[in-house]
Amino acid sequence: MTALPDAEQLCLQLADAIRPQLTPNTAMIGLYTGGVWLAERLHDLLGIAEPLGTLDIAFYRDDYHQQGLARDPKRSKIPFSIEGRDLLLVDDVLFTGRTVRAAMNELFDYGRPARILLAVLADRGGRQLPICAQYCGARVEVPAGARLRLRRTEEGRLSLQLEHAT
Amino acid sequence: MRRNPQLNKNGELQHLLSIEGLPREVLERVLATADSFIGVTEREVKKVPLLRGKSVFNLFFEPSTRTRTTFEIAAKRLSADVINLNIAASSQSKGESLLDTVANLSAMQADIFVVRHGSSGAPFLIAQHVKPHEHVVNAGDGRHAHPTQGLLDLYTLRHYKKDFTRLTVAIVGDVLHSRVARSLIHGLTTLGTPEVRVIGPQTLIPTGVEALGVHVYRNMREGLKGCDAVVMLRLQNERMRGALLPSAQEFFKHYGLTADKLALAAPDAIVMHPGPMNRGVEIDSSVADGPHSVILPQVTFGIAVRMAVMSMVAGASA
Repeated sequence: MTALPDAEQLCLQLADAIRPQLTPNTAMIGLYTGGVWLAERLHDLLGIAEPLGTLDIAFYRDDYHQQGLARDPKRSKIPFSIEGRDLLLVDDVLFTGRTVRAAMNELFDYGRPARILLAVLADRGGRQLPICAQYCGARVEVPAGARLRLRRTEEGRLSLQLEHAT
Repeated sequence: MRRNPQLNKNGELQHLLSIEGLPREVLERVLATADSFIGVTEREVKKVPLLRGKSVFNLFFEPSTRTRTTFEIAAKRLSADVINLNIAASSQSKGESLLDTVANLSAMQADIFVVRHGSSGAPFLIAQHVKPHEHVVNAGDGRHAHPTQGLLDLYTLRHYKKDFTRLTVAIVGDVLHSRVARSLIHGLTTLGTPEVRVIGPQTLIPTGVEALGVHVYRNMREGLKGCDAVVMLRLQNERMRGALLPSAQEFFKHYGLTADKLALAAPDAIVMHPGPMNRGVEIDSSVADGPHSVILPQVTFGIAVRMAVMSMVAGASA
């Protein structure tokens, strides 16, 4: 199997891709947990003035009736009005698209943004909903049953890791 | 060993009947989940779709305004349909048994029963007889337990004081008749609170309460010294049998919380009360409305805590 791409490198590429299209109306929102790490990094690299928003979609998941409530939900915090804003939604890995759908449902309970764009570090395919990323660091082949996720070391270094189902 | 009837085989909360016997992780999970619901209650749209299509039956065999209303608001903010039943005025007065009432509501497709009952243990009885997809939340049973009040008290303490393992908490007044006190004591000890005191006249402190890990004080001034939190209890006239007290005025003189008594507690002590409060009986107005009082935030936190409990139990399979 080919090695996973370097997450630190992908962050820089992603920031370069986003930078030309930023407007004063752009605000950024990261999805817990990996998406918040990535968003913190991008927010820094891009020097966005508006503070970062963070979203935990635990209360909007479509598998609640099968899985129950997520174990450790975080408090969603959007420290600005999203009304009429250009929102850049940030997540680590795009897979089925269900997380992004849940995030959009939650966002609309905060207001009506002008548009929502999606930035992800890695796209592993396997979409179950008509959702695509406007900014994508890399396409990554992931074996069925395995999980691709972002990790962060204590020093703040990001890396992609493959976890095989046990 | 027999499994705790509140937990499913994965150790998840499927009914909330009593704080007693709940492991620390479950209590902490309720508090953490409630904290994320606080974020929801501060938004313009205060609803999430978790319990959409589910029915919550509020079964109140005893009168209650605050608890019933906060359960109703919590259920509605989870997008559930809420049906309020005032049982005192309905079938039970026509002789229907508790389990028949529940069976009939179950036939109407209930998902959660929120039960307040004058008899200790009534919610346990119901939980033993409901279908696997139905869940029971105890909203106060007799003198036994009031777990959501206990949990919202714990949430309030954690919100203002952060760390349970450094706290001194005093519970003052009519401990004998208080299901709130019992629930809170179990929660505090489970979360590692080193010093829990109960303060009150001998007639209103249950014998053997020390076995729960608390220290008993008859003298309020002694008991309040250095406390980080003071939980005042309502004098429950309706549950009193016989002459346990000379008079309300006499009670206020010895056990009413006044500014000069509160001054003996820690300078940043918080004052809590589960409500409804009797001003001039267990608490002076200047304290109830004063800077140490967190009585109204408790009510707000109670909604988030009940949202957490209902969304946790409804998501846990039997």
